[in-house]
Amino acid sequence: MLPLMEQELVDRRGWLSREEYLDCVALSQAMPGVLAVNMATSVGYRLKGLRGAAVAIVGNVLMPIVLILLLAVFFHTLRDNEWVARVFNGLRPAVVALIAAPVFQLSRSAQLTWRTAWIPLLAALLICLFGVSPVWIVLAAIVLGIIVKKLL
Amino acid sequence: MFFTLLFSFLKIGLFTFGGGYAMLALIQDEVVVKHGWITSQEFADIVAVSQMTPGPVGINTATYTGYTAMIGAGSSPWVAVVAGVLCSVAVVALPVVLMLLMVRLIDKFYDNATVRYTLRVLRMVVIGLIAAAAIRLVGPESFGSWSENPLQVVFSVAVFAAVFLLSLLPKKRISPIYLLIAAGAAGLLMGTIANN
Repeated sequence: MLPLMEQELVDRRGWLSREEYLDCVALSQAMPGVLAVNMATSVGYRLKGLRGAAVAIVGNVLMPIVLILLLAVFFHTLRDNEWVARVFNGLRPAVVALIAAPVFQLSRSAQLTWRTAWIPLLAALLICLFGVSPVWIVLAAIVLGIIVKKLL
Repeated sequence: MFFTLLFSFLKIGLFTFGGGYAMLALIQDEVVVKHGWITSQEFADIVAVSQMTPGPVGINTATYTGYTAMIGAGSSPWVAVVAGVLCSVAVVALPVVLMLLMVRLIDKFYDNATVRYTLRVLRMVVIGLIAAAAIRLVGPESFGSWSENPLQVVFSVAVFAAVFLLSLLPKKRISPIYLLIAAGAAGLLMGTIANN
């Protein structure tokens, strides 16, 4: 979605300079939440204040929510249809693969080395084997990140 | 349960760093593992449909999960639709408030060395979160059961390997939507052949 936003906001409408746009991306990625909605918030706020943010957010999520609800109702009524069941038998292993693949792509972009690989390994281990909530892992990463940087 | 569900999604939103896939790990942990509101199979189906639908994956998944959880608890479809919308609102509510607070401090904030370092650590941790989400999905719910239908398990492993390699190997990235359409078509073909 980011390339689309850049094209529309910077090149076509000229509402933001390239630099302002990249500032919005940096902040949106640094904050928790859904990236596209964070972008809508920061861009909307920059352009028209609180009202701008509200309009941008609603514009960003309204159609997707309506569409996914229609599909949810549709697939729920068709759940016992054997043709639909066959399609989903193919989709499920594909979904697992699509979630597994970014693990390797992200390892490259996060500049993971053999010295730091224990961090994601430990996180995955704690979640899968010991049932630790990902929430605690994220909290621990924030706290440890701050402590290590302040002390070293 | 309705309010517990909303509270779960408030929490999921606040602790999602690093995009849609990280959010899947949190939704799975809260909704499937911790509360058992939906099954692992339903979760895989929701992610498949959410990925193929336009719009942010986080929004799609939150809405669809909220709907399915309420239907599963015996609510009427209308209540479930409202719950779906509210789960979406809940998942973005706290991040939006944080964003509005931070927009004014934008430059100072990101130039801070501690913030940058912490974000680097978070990026590494998130890789583990996503790996855990994938591992937790491996099982009879997504791959079929060996004792009931070994053919389906073999088929599932083949689909998994094909999609995994096709999303990693090519230099020019293939959109997940096409990979899912192909996998769905393969499932349809496979099921129809196996039944005849």
